[in-house]
Amino acid sequence: MLKTGTILLIAFGYIGLLFAIAYWARKRAESGRSVIANPFIYALSLAVYCTAWTFYGSVGRAAQTGWGFLPTYIGPTLAAALGWLILGRIIRISKVHRITSIADFVASRYGKSTALGGIVTLIAMVAVLPYIALQLKAISTSFLIIQQYPDIVMPAHPADLSAFQNTAFYVAMILAVFVILFGTRHLDVTERHEGLVAAIAFESLVKLVAFVAVGIFVTYGMFNGFGDIFHRASQSPKLSALFSFADNASGYSGWGIHILLSLLAFLFLPRQFQVAVVENVDEDHLDKAIWLFPLYLLAINIFVLPIALGGSLHFANANVEADTFVLTLPMAMNQQGLALFAFIGGMSAATGMVIVETIALSTMICNHLVMPLLLRLQFGSIASLEDAGDLLLAIRRASIVLLMLLGYAYFHYIGEFYALVSIGMVSFAAVAQFGPAILGGLFWKTGNRSGALWGLVAGFAVWGYTLVLPSLAQVGLLPETIASQGPFGIAMLRPTRLFGLAEMDPIARSVFWSLLANVAAYVAVSLFSTPSAIEHTQAALFVDVFQYSDKASPTTLFRRGTASMPDLQSLLSRFLGRPRAEEAMTRYAQEHDIDWAKASTADTALVEHAEKLLAGAIGSASARVLVASVVKEEPLGLEEVMGILDETRQVIMYSRELEKATAELKDANRRLQELDNLKDEFISTVTHELRTPLTSVRSLAEILQDNPELKRETVAQFSAIIVRQSERLTRLISQVLDFQKIESGRMTWQMSKVDMRQCIADAVDAAGQLIRDKAIALNLDLPDKTPLINGDADRLIQVMLNLIANAVKFCPSSGGRITICLKTDSEKMRIDVTDNGIGIAFDQHERIFEKFSQIRDSIHGRPAGTGLGLTITKRIVEFHGGRIWVSSQPGQGATFSFTLPVAHWVA
Amino acid sequence: MATEKPLRQTLVALFFLGLVLFNYPVVSLFNRPLLVGGIPLFYLYLFAVWFGLVLLIGLATVLRSRRAGPGISGD
Repeated sequence: MLKTGTILLIAFGYIGLLFAIAYWARKRAESGRSVIANPFIYALSLAVYCTAWTFYGSVGRAAQTGWGFLPTYIGPTLAAALGWLILGRIIRISKVHRITSIADFVASRYGKSTALGGIVTLIAMVAVLPYIALQLKAISTSFLIIQQYPDIVMPAHPADLSAFQNTAFYVAMILAVFVILFGTRHLDVTERHEGLVAAIAFESLVKLVAFVAVGIFVTYGMFNGFGDIFHRASQSPKLSALFSFADNASGYSGWGIHILLSLLAFLFLPRQFQVAVVENVDEDHLDKAIWLFPLYLLAINIFVLPIALGGSLHFANANVEADTFVLTLPMAMNQQGLALFAFIGGMSAATGMVIVETIALSTMICNHLVMPLLLRLQFGSIASLEDAGDLLLAIRRASIVLLMLLGYAYFHYIGEFYALVSIGMVSFAAVAQFGPAILGGLFWKTGNRSGALWGLVAGFAVWGYTLVLPSLAQVGLLPETIASQGPFGIAMLRPTRLFGLAEMDPIARSVFWSLLANVAAYVAVSLFSTPSAIEHTQAALFVDVFQYSDKASPTTLFRRGTASMPDLQSLLSRFLGRPRAEEAMTRYAQEHDIDWAKASTADTALVEHAEKLLAGAIGSASARVLVASVVKEEPLGLEEVMGILDETRQVIMYSRELEKATAELKDANRRLQELDNLKDEFISTVTHELRTPLTSVRSLAEILQDNPELKRETVAQFSAIIVRQSERLTRLISQVLDFQKIESGRMTWQMSKVDMRQCIADAVDAAGQLIRDKAIALNLDLPDKTPLINGDADRLIQVMLNLIANAVKFCPSSGGRITICLKTDSEKMRIDVTDNGIGIAFDQHERIFEKFSQIRDSIHGRPAGTGLGLTITKRIVEFHGGRIWVSSQPGQGATFSFTLPVAHWVA
Repeated sequence: MATEKPLRQTLVALFFLGLVLFNYPVVSLFNRPLLVGGIPLFYLYLFAVWFGLVLLIGLATVLRSRRAGPGISGD
């Protein structure tokens, strides 16, 4: 006989231990040595998924249906494989946007919608309250059973006990205190609770060890291992039927839908969101958690069937509910310690769930039901409250107590009618309704607020109609005929056989119809409605989170708003408390190099930051409303949009200009290289040109030196050659010098009145020898009188000389003919120098005036000269304000023409 | 990110592998009232697939983090 006092002592001692662990972990965290910042604790905290339903209910389910308990754990295993794809994304998004609950996530994704946050919160409450009740029922029932130790008596109606006699009530109240102490100590912008998570991880460990201990005891203590249990069970037709399930399409599709259902529930249950996303310390913990967590599920399930079969064999003739086998089997074998351990394990499973679920729900209720209501009803007063943070905490604490009381009330008045598992399944089916909106929101930008709203409402309505309505009828709150014959006697609409579908089990049918309605409404409405600007923004931020989160938030692109610093600061300190608000702002200032003393207005980026800080405390929708109250927001007017478009256009143009500039640079570089090549060629040409006369001068001089007895005529001939070659050298060098002077702009010009006819005559004289050497016929066509021009006579003679020399160079060796023609009009004079030489190809007409270039000709090879002559000529002509060009066809001679402006002297 | 992409794809592939192995029609192959080595075939099959899947997920992530080397994690 166990004394009730002993059991109570152990039970409350266990809860006391939770308090101690939570307190210790919190202290550690505050001193910077977090115990929960490792992947093992993270994986264990995910195991809050396993509740009393797992601990007691799985065995019950297995004893009835064999495999029915398994899809609930296979689903999360598959979800874990998608951990990075889905959970990883949700975690990153939630960290970036400081999202603190599943309601906040949906609201934020669809344009920070207050309505969506509220609806998700309501659905979550309706879904989860019975689930909390279920945990309390498990605690109460298990306490009543172990109280009778060693007798095994099924409690008739544990809920009938008055609250003050019922352990569950006290446990609920103590848990409320626990959650308030460790979950709502202060308003945190991250909503992370180190102590709470440590306690949950500990609970996960306890329930696993307890369950496995009972499993080992049953399998190896009561029986001789797995083989023995299965062998004995196979003797019984009733039990051997559990080894496989109904082999038909209906059974299989039900199985598949249950896997899907638990997959969605694992991802979207408020408590799972709390531990997996909100309490996540480091994204990388997912790496280990995605296989540690399924391993945990595997471990806790191995012994389910053996315990169920063992219990069924052992209690074959006794009235013992299979839901209690985990506890009653050790009791039946007089294992007092193990029975107590199992009792504590069940309690750890139940309390863990209740703790996390209430903290998650209280955040949602506060941020998405109460805050929006307060903001709407008496906006002025709450915005002016001195310390709204206290109010928020009070709301949360009140909602925690309220949730516990509601859970207890549900258990007390309604919960009696259900087995553990079916309550859980009904909850799962409701929570699964979040699936389309969230998964769609993660990957489908077109999904919008209206779509999500209609999807949720449709799915939830079908869920209520197909699962809740029948049970209400069963309890007697509604006429029983609605369930059995359909509303208004329309059999097609019977809730449990909607549209006549009788395949699968009621839960699977409901999940099928409700998700179908949900997805259809979500997709259809999304496709045919227009989202607002903020919905667009949020959709892009969520779907492309991995692109945006590393960079500056692009929201500033979509919204402009400034606020006065004092307004913004007081808003923050009212909700976060003055020290926290100041700390957050100071950190922001340091990171962004802002001088507070000088800043009187907060810019858009700072306003965004403040809104995120607030969102962490009160949810994105309420934060938006509050910030909007102090922000001089310039919403997206047409001008604003045009401005943004213009900016974008400018950016694009700028990049185009960059491209253009790059192309120009490349071009310039190419030209530079060309010039470089030309310069190399030029140097080799010049040195060649210098060496030829030098060589002949030197060799002739040597001959003269070595042969003093040479004939006078020969000496005279040689001396003449030396003089001519020296002159040529001088010409070459002065050409190079001239060119260099002109290029560098250091040429000195001696301007005077010049008669061009005289210049031509001088040039012809100077070139006389050249012309005579090649026996060229020179024809001058000059007018009798020409106007004077303003110019440098020497340079102009040089121009003429160059052109004549050039013509001579290209004239054939016999029959050469050069014509020089001068014409004037009132504005300018034009001089043509025509030869009958080899001519110049058209494509060379421009190039020959470029420096270093020479006319190439494969037949005649490289002509003599530096290639500078025409360039210098061109420069001189251009200096005088004239123009020079050539007209020619290969083989038909060439005409070099230039013009010079006529000077109009003021007499 | 570069080393994470293959990992994520491996995991998604494992998800689909699990989806196929845990569902009709593959499960129907093992849904027989047989005892294999004293253990129901269906039970054996489901837990073997389950364990295999966990093992593969674990292997994929461990290999990834080893390839990435110590100190390099996440993106």
